Amino acid sequence: MSDVNDTEVQETPVVVKTTLSITVDGRAHEAEPGQLLIDACEDAGSYVPRFCYHPRMEPVGMCRQCLVEVEGPRGPMMVVSCMTPVAEGQVARTETPSVKRAQEGVLELLLANHPLDCPVCDKGGECPLQDQAFSHGPGESRFVEEKRHYEKPIPISDLVFLDRERCILCDRCTRFADEVAGDPLISFTQRGNNTQVNTFPDEPFASYFSGNTVQICPVGALTAKPYRFKARPWDLEQRESTCTTCSVGCRTVIQSSRDELLRYQGSDSDAVNWGWLCDKGRFNFENVNSEDRLEQPLMRDGSNLVPSTWSQASAAVAEALKTGTTAILGGARGTNEDAFAWARLADALGIQMRDPQLSDGLPTEVFGLPSASIEEAANATTIIVIAPDLKEELPVLYLRLRDAAEKRRSRILEFTAVSTGLTKYSWKSVPTEPGLQASTVRNTLGEATVREQLGKGNVVVVVGRASLAESADHTVAALSAVLAEVPGAKVLPVVRRGNVRGAVAAGLGSNTNATEILTAAAAGKLDTLVLLGADPIADFPDTDLARRAISAVRNVISLDTFLTESTARASVVLPASAYGEKEGTTTNLEGRVTSVAQKVTARGTSRADWMVAVDIARRLNVDLGFDSVESIQRAMIATTVFAPMADGGANTREGVLIDQPAMSLPTVSATAGTHSSYDLRLVVSRRMYDQGASTAHSPSLVGLAQRNVLRVNSADLARIGVASGTSVRATSSKASVSVTVEADDSVGRGVAHLTFNAPGINAGDLIDVNASVNDIKVETL
Amino acid sequence: MSRFNDSNVTLAKEIIGRFPRPKSAVIPLLHLAQEQDGYVTRDAMSHIAELVNVTTAEVYGTATFYEMFKFEPIGKYCVNVCTNIACQLVGGWELLEHAEEKLGIKAGSTTEDGLFTIEDVECIAACTEAPAIQVNYRYRYKVTAENLDQLIDDLRAGRLADEIPPHGTLARVRQRTTDTWANTGIEAQAKVDAR
Repeated sequence: MSDVNDTEVQETPVVVKTTLSITVDGRAHEAEPGQLLIDACEDAGSYVPRFCYHPRMEPVGMCRQCLVEVEGPRGPMMVVSCMTPVAEGQVARTETPSVKRAQEGVLELLLANHPLDCPVCDKGGECPLQDQAFSHGPGESRFVEEKRHYEKPIPISDLVFLDRERCILCDRCTRFADEVAGDPLISFTQRGNNTQVNTFPDEPFASYFSGNTVQICPVGALTAKPYRFKARPWDLEQRESTCTTCSVGCRTVIQSSRDELLRYQGSDSDAVNWGWLCDKGRFNFENVNSEDRLEQPLMRDGSNLVPSTWSQASAAVAEALKTGTTAILGGARGTNEDAFAWARLADALGIQMRDPQLSDGLPTEVFGLPSASIEEAANATTIIVIAPDLKEELPVLYLRLRDAAEKRRSRILEFTAVSTGLTKYSWKSVPTEPGLQASTVRNTLGEATVREQLGKGNVVVVVGRASLAESADHTVAALSAVLAEVPGAKVLPVVRRGNVRGAVAAGLGSNTNATEILTAAAAGKLDTLVLLGADPIADFPDTDLARRAISAVRNVISLDTFLTESTARASVVLPASAYGEKEGTTTNLEGRVTSVAQKVTARGTSRADWMVAVDIARRLNVDLGFDSVESIQRAMIATTVFAPMADGGANTREGVLIDQPAMSLPTVSATAGTHSSYDLRLVVSRRMYDQGASTAHSPSLVGLAQRNVLRVNSADLARIGVASGTSVRATSSKASVSVTVEADDSVGRGVAHLTFNAPGINAGDLIDVNASVNDIKVETL
Repeated sequence: MSRFNDSNVTLAKEIIGRFPRPKSAVIPLLHLAQEQDGYVTRDAMSHIAELVNVTTAEVYGTATFYEMFKFEPIGKYCVNVCTNIACQLVGGWELLEHAEEKLGIKAGSTTEDGLFTIEDVECIAACTEAPAIQVNYRYRYKVTAENLDQLIDDLRAGRLADEIPPHGTLARVRQRTTDTWANTGIEAQAKVDAR
């Protein structure tokens, strides 16, 4: 028509619509394809009541509470919104008279058999059934008959109680156990009016994740022993924090009443824990409340430790740090701020020898490799696992990887000497032997099927120290072998203690590792050893070396929450504040910095580690340039590694990822010969519950640590001629102990397995930390 | 009591082999367990869990859903008297009371000699032949008190052994998928018959 149109050619972009247009209660809404109507309605501002639906689990349509009306070809139709996917043009109504009638009807039926014991029920006040009975219920019941009666709470495990009268059979706990935890040890039993959740008779719901069922129970049917009758929900105060029991860094809500920690709940972080917690992380807050906590500084007087004051004790510590050779062990259990303050103090005092790990982890160079997040690992096409049993040590990471395999997003290729929790979910679990990992890895990655799998997409290597009875070199060599074969692979380093990565980033790592520090100490070359929440005698793989080192050092200075075997030999013991008692940030295994919150007053006169560092610096006339968490954080942000914290991202639920400077793995010579056929190669790993302080001082958990047994493949046991269950003598180059042996075919041939720091015999007695691998001879007594 | 005996382990493995997923064999294996011991023992449920690689809780959940699986020892003859509406109208209750008096036990319990268990059941789908009863799920129609007395006497005397096998027995002739297993099945059957 006109010239203008000829010159200005308008390019109409091709619009690919990626959402579905629906109408909820008369309002237009764009929903995600594949989304469930219940979620779409909520996004559109219409909350639909529900009991059984949980966004992290498959819907089952069990409770029928989420009925809504959807326009169909023959008029409006009642549908279960948690089972109905959204569709283009869908018209849903959530508040019509018929929907209200349906909701009231369902609630009246659910309440027919539900006891009205809300005033004495732990859930009362935070109970979805109670809340929705008020918001969506009929107000009164026509049910006048006798309600169903069951024995009031029955223990279904050491931690969880079940009150079947209160259960509304929503299938959340049973689905969680099966779908999420992979421990289907509870099930619907009986039928009809007698349907009840239960375990097999006398076989408890012994899952590491049982506490989650209590949190997601929409009624008071499941209660957890540590919290039963401790508080009413309206008396609880809460803050969001991060669990630092292990290095996964699950987001939690810590709750207290009258200045006492009472409960931890999981908080749903997309990047990390999806709302789940392991039972250890959920319940070990009990140790913060323990009677045995250190409350005041102690100083050595002859053979005794006697109560002292902070001014005397700090002065003594300052005096000790002024002269002589000093080393610092630990710091991985504190906050980033604690580690940063101690690292700056060590810098100022010229203390070179520092290690936040106790030679039970990996060299810090792994943090400088291309780093994978948990999310990346759980979405990788192939996940290569060369690590300890994640179910035991990093339980929620296990849940994420298990989910990746179960939902068929990923294939797991595992290398291990002893079957792990992930073995049955692995695409391929390759048995290996300590010392031979690198060659096993090379051989396996050379196989045609494996090469094909690795070529299908991105690869993440989850790598950690599988055994404390072997040198870290073997793991490093295996990792190098993977990286040589798959150069694009990203690495998720599995470290054990909560804040290893933060401590290293803050500068608490050095070229001298714990073994070298303790060896120097044992040789009398160390004047002062500072233990920042570290207990080498219990935690260092080689107990003998740790004992000799602690005895030989003139000044052992311990900053800890409890008296331990190591602190008992200290010249000064300073009481440290525990989690929930101090502010700060922590860094998880992927380098995610999240907040740690103070909820209760620090016990006794205990102080946060950073305060101690600041106090000592002042006494030595050293200006660290900070004197509060805020000023430490300002100093941290000024460093390259913590700079991403600048925008306050650490205070969000998902936190902020930091990246350590790129490094390459050290070259190691990891060769360990095959052992003689009389010997078994020792594998020592950890289990979730051990004699560590957080379990030992938590009354609900202490009984869960299992006694140590030597586990050996039945074929090896037959070869040695020993019956399962008998006592044997196990002899290593270090010691000889008497231990019960058990046939266990989840242990590979030629290997013997012991648990570290378990009640009973101490595996650390058998380990020579300087040996490439440790072999033991097993003989009948 | 007990786990599967050797011949039943063989049979169990064959049954598992019939399904694409081992888990699908749980119910047939529960029947096999009930056939072996007359009821489903805890050990048998543990054994089934091992054989099909599920947890004991999953087996237990499935098993307890079904009324016809028994978890306590039960009489050799399980007498089910229907008291649902059609039978009730023509004397179902009276028949049940008569059976209780005759055997000297209440519904839901077992005689001391372990021969009889009486159960009060809901509709067993024989309304046109009411009142109906079952003995080990074998029907008797239009039952009178005299019929019932005769039935019990006959069962005691073993006169009906051919017609009514002990409780738990599924079939006298078992379906086979291969000849290889035939002998083991016959052995298993012989043991059931000997019981």
